Amino acid sequence: MRTRFFNTTIALVGIVLFVRLFFLQIISDQYNDLSLKNSVLKRYVYPERGYVFDRNGSLLVSNQPMYDLMVIPKNLKPFDTLNLCEMLRLRKSELVESLKKARRYSMRAPSVLLNQISKQDYATLQEKMWKFPGMYIQRKSVRDYQTEVASNLLGYISEVNNFDIRNNPYYVKGELIGRQGIEKTYEKILRGTKGVSYLQRDKFNRIIGPYKDGLLDTLPIPAQDITLSIDIALQEYGTRLLKNKRGGILAIEPSTGEILMSVSTPTFDPNALVGRDRSAFFEELKQDTLNRYLFDRSLQGQYAPGSPFKVLNALVALEEGVVDSKTKFTCFSGHYYAKNQFMACMCPPGTKNNLNRGIYKSCNTYFSNIYRRIIDKDNKIEENINNWHEHLNSFGLGNYLGYDHPVGQPGYVPNANFYNLWYPNQRWRGSTIVSNAIGQGEILMTPIQLANVAAAIANRGFFYTPHFVKGIQGDFIDPKYKTKRATSISKEHFTNVIEGMTDVVSKGTARIAAIKGIEVCGKTGTIENFTKINGVRTQLTDHSIFIAFAPKDDPKIALAVIVENGYWGARWAAPIASLVIEKYLRGEVKRRWLENRMLDGSLEEEYAKVISNKPFTINE
Amino acid sequence: MLAGIGLVNIYSAVYDTNSMEIAAGFIQKQLVALGIGVVFIFLLQFIDIKFFERYASILFLLSILSLLGLWGFGTEVSGAKSWYAIGVFSIQPSEFAKVAVALALAKHLGGFNTRIDRAKDYIGAFVIMLIPAILTILQPDPGTAIILLGFFLVLHAEGLPANFLYALVFLFGLFILTLLIGANASLLVIGVLSVFTYFYKRWRKAKRIFRSTILLGAIGATFTLSVSYIFENIFEQRHRDRFNILLGKEVDVRGVGYNINQSQIAIGSGGGLGKGYLQGTQTKGGFVPEQQTDYIFTTVGEEWGFLGTVIVLGLFTMLMLQIVKTAYRQKTTFRRVFCLGFACIMLIHVTINLGMVVGLIPTIGIPLPLMSYGGSSLLAFSIFMGIYLRMYYQRIQ
Repeated sequence: MRTRFFNTTIALVGIVLFVRLFFLQIISDQYNDLSLKNSVLKRYVYPERGYVFDRNGSLLVSNQPMYDLMVIPKNLKPFDTLNLCEMLRLRKSELVESLKKARRYSMRAPSVLLNQISKQDYATLQEKMWKFPGMYIQRKSVRDYQTEVASNLLGYISEVNNFDIRNNPYYVKGELIGRQGIEKTYEKILRGTKGVSYLQRDKFNRIIGPYKDGLLDTLPIPAQDITLSIDIALQEYGTRLLKNKRGGILAIEPSTGEILMSVSTPTFDPNALVGRDRSAFFEELKQDTLNRYLFDRSLQGQYAPGSPFKVLNALVALEEGVVDSKTKFTCFSGHYYAKNQFMACMCPPGTKNNLNRGIYKSCNTYFSNIYRRIIDKDNKIEENINNWHEHLNSFGLGNYLGYDHPVGQPGYVPNANFYNLWYPNQRWRGSTIVSNAIGQGEILMTPIQLANVAAAIANRGFFYTPHFVKGIQGDFIDPKYKTKRATSISKEHFTNVIEGMTDVVSKGTARIAAIKGIEVCGKTGTIENFTKINGVRTQLTDHSIFIAFAPKDDPKIALAVIVENGYWGARWAAPIASLVIEKYLRGEVKRRWLENRMLDGSLEEEYAKVISNKPFTINE
Repeated sequence: MLAGIGLVNIYSAVYDTNSMEIAAGFIQKQLVALGIGVVFIFLLQFIDIKFFERYASILFLLSILSLLGLWGFGTEVSGAKSWYAIGVFSIQPSEFAKVAVALALAKHLGGFNTRIDRAKDYIGAFVIMLIPAILTILQPDPGTAIILLGFFLVLHAEGLPANFLYALVFLFGLFILTLLIGANASLLVIGVLSVFTYFYKRWRKAKRIFRSTILLGAIGATFTLSVSYIFENIFEQRHRDRFNILLGKEVDVRGVGYNINQSQIAIGSGGGLGKGYLQGTQTKGGFVPEQQTDYIFTTVGEEWGFLGTVIVLGLFTMLMLQIVKTAYRQKTTFRRVFCLGFACIMLIHVTINLGMVVGLIPTIGIPLPLMSYGGSSLLAFSIFMGIYLRMYYQRIQ
C-alpha cells in the first residue's frame, strides 16, 4: 500500500506546473510583445499638410487625394489580369513583376501594386474592385500646385527612405517628407503631427474594436499654413520675362528683408513632380546638365559680379578714406595699371571722372585706381585686403546669408591667405589683383547676395536676413529675421554712391531702365565668363547683369537680375529689372514695346553655340 | 467546500467562454449541464454506496456497450466517432466510461479474495482497464485512452509490484529517447545499459542475472524498434509533428505548433495580474483555437494573470489532495480504490491539459475537469463528485 504515492505525485505535478507558469508569466517578456503584435493594430491618422500662400493671400500649394492600388498577396484569388492591365494601362509583364515583388516582401502585409493612380482612373477602378479580391485602394494625399512657377522655391515632397527613418524615428515607411525648397525647410510645420489609434484584431486580421477603449490613442495635431513673402504675380511675370533665356531674378523688400520673387530659368511646372510619372520626369530634369532645371540660379548660381561690384568698392574706398567724392582720375579709354598691362574702358579718352561719373559711366579706370589705393594704402597690403574682406563680409558676402531655404552658395571673397598661396613670397600688390576692382577676378557672388547688397544700399547701411516666409499661421516668424545687420560702412558715404546709381539710370549706362515718375537707382554689369569646351578653355559671351532699387527715397524693392550670356547689362538685365520694378510699384506696365521685346527675346541660339561652334560675341 | 471549488471552476469556464462574441449559445448549454450536474450531485447523496458496489459490474457493461454502440449509432465529429447526437445535445460515452471503470476496478480490487499481487487478479484489473481503452483508441481518441490507462497508477498505489512501475518508467524513457535520437542510437544505448545492468546485478549478487539482463535487452530492443515503427508508420503526421515540436526538433508556428504557440503567448502575456476580465486580447481575437474547451486555462492565464493561474492550479491541487486524504480514511477497499481512481483521473486530466497549454506536453485533446466546455465531461465529473461526496460524508460511519 503505497499511501504516499499519490500525494507525492500530485505535489510534484503541482510544483512543475507552478514553476512553468511562473516562468511564462512573470519572467518572460517575449510573450507580451508577441501577443500585442498579434492582436493590436496601429493605425495612423494624418493631418492635412499645411497650405502655402503668397504675401497677398493667394493660394500657392494645396493638397489633392491620390490613390494607390494595394495588394495583400495572401488574400489574392485568381483574377482577370488582362482586364486589370487594360484599366490601369499596364503591361502584363509589369503587373506580374509587381505582384512578385509584393509576394517577396510579405504575404500578409499590404504592398503597393501601383502607386499614384489619377482621380479618373480611381473612379473607373473603384467600381470594379470587387472583381479583384485581395486588392484594395488606399487614399493618400499629395500636393496640388496652384501655380506653374516657383518650382525650385516651393520644392516638392516624396516618400521617406531608410535614411530619413533612421535619422528621425517619427517617420514610418510610406509617409511623405519635404525634399526641397519650402517643403523641406518648413517640413515640421507643414506636416503637423500624426495621431495614433490602436485597434484590436482577431486572428483573421479583422478589426473588432478599439484597444483598451482608446485609452492610448492620440489625436493628430493639425499642420500650420505658411504665408510666403513672395508676390506670385511678380514671380510669374519675372518667369515669363526670362523665357528662353537662362538666368535668375531675386527681389527683396529692403525694409523687412522679405523676398518678393526668386526666379530661376529654365524652369518647370511643379505639378510635373506630382503623380505617377514623376520619377521619369525627375530623371529627365536631373540629367539635363545644360539647362539645369533643378539648379536654382537665383540662390545657387555663383557668378563674378562684374560692374555692380564697383559700388561696393566705392563704399569701401570712402570708408577707408583713400578717396573722397571729389577725387578724379583721367581715363584714356583705359589705362596702364602696371607695366605693359592695359585695362580697357568704354570712356572716350581724356575723360576726367569723379566718383559720381565713375559710377554712372562705369569707368574701369576710376575703380581700378581706387581699388589699388585700398590695397596698397600705407603699403600694408595684407592688412588692407583683409580689411576689405571684412567690409564685404559685413554685407553678407563670402558666406551663407542664413535664409530659410535649403539650397544656396556662399560665394567667395578672397583674402590675404588666398593670394599668399597663389603668389609665393608675397609678391603681389594691388595691381596684381586689380581685376577685383571691376568685379571680375576671384570674387564670386550669387544673385541673392547681389540683391541683398542692393537692399543694404537702399537702407543706407544695414539689411535684414532675407527670408521667404512672411508668417506662419498668422504672424509668427523666427526673430532672427527681424534683427538688423549693420554693414561696416558709415551712413554718410552712401549718399554719393546712391547719387551715382541714380545717374546710371537717368544719364548713364542704363537709361533704358528709366521709368517715368520713379527714381530708379541701379548699376549695370557685363560679366566675362569662361568654360571648357572639348577640353579647351573658351570664353563665352558675357553675362548681362543689373542691380537696382526703387524708389530712391523710401525704397520698396531691391533686386538683382542676371541673364546668362546676354551680353550688355543694359541689353537684357536692366530692362527686365526695370519692367519688374514698374510692375511691382505701379501694378501694370505701360512700356509695352519693351515688355514685348523681353518676352519674345530668346537666347537659345546663343546657348546652342557650344555645340554649333558659332562664334561668341565678346567685347564688340 | 469541494463542491464549492467545483462550482467556482465552472463559473469560470462559463464566463470565460463569454470572452468570445459567439459565446451566448455556449453559456446556455454549459449552464444547463451545470444545472443538471448539481442536481445529480444532490440526488446522489441519497443513494447509498452499496448500490454502486453491487451494480458496478452492470454499469461497467453498460458503458462498454455504449462505447461499442458508437460504431453503429455514433456521429462523427472532427474525424472521430466519439459522440451520440440526441437532438440539440451530444453525449460522449467515453467520459462516462471513466466513472464506470473506476467503479468496476474498485469492485474488482475490493473483492474478498483479491490480492493485487496475484497474477490472476492483476491481469483482471488490466483487462478492466484495457477494454474501454482499446475501444476509445479505435474511435480514435487516444487522449481518453491514455486516461483510462492511467488507472494503472491506482494499481500501483494499491500495491502492484514495483517492477511494473520500473518497467513502465523504463519504457517511457526509452520512448522519448527513441524519438529524440532515432532507433539505431537507442539500440546502442540499450546495449550499453544491458551490459551495465549485468555487472550491476552481479555486484549485487542478485539471482538469475543472466536471464534478466537478456530479458531487459530483448524487451528494450523490441520496444525501441516498435516505437520507431509505430511512430513512423502508425501515428499520423499530426501526432508526429506534435512530438517533434515539443522535443524542439521543429519549430512550427503556423501549423500544428500554432496552438501551443498561441496558448503560450496568451498565457505569457498575462503577466502578474492579467489583463482583466473580458479583456484578454488573444482570447477576444480568437487566436487560441478551441479556447473554450481544451484551452480554457489559457483564458485564465491571459485574463487573470499569474495570480489567476496559480489560484486555479492551487484549487485543483487542493481538491486532489483532499480526495486522496479521504481515500485513505475509507473503511473498505472498494471505496478507497474508487476515491483514488477519482483522484487519479483528475490528476491525469489536469497534468495533461495544463501541461499542454503551457507547452510542456505535446498536444493531446484532454479537457480540464469542470472548466472546459463540454456537457458530458461536466456530468461525468459531477457523478464522480457525487459519489465521492457521499463517501466523504460517510467516512464517519
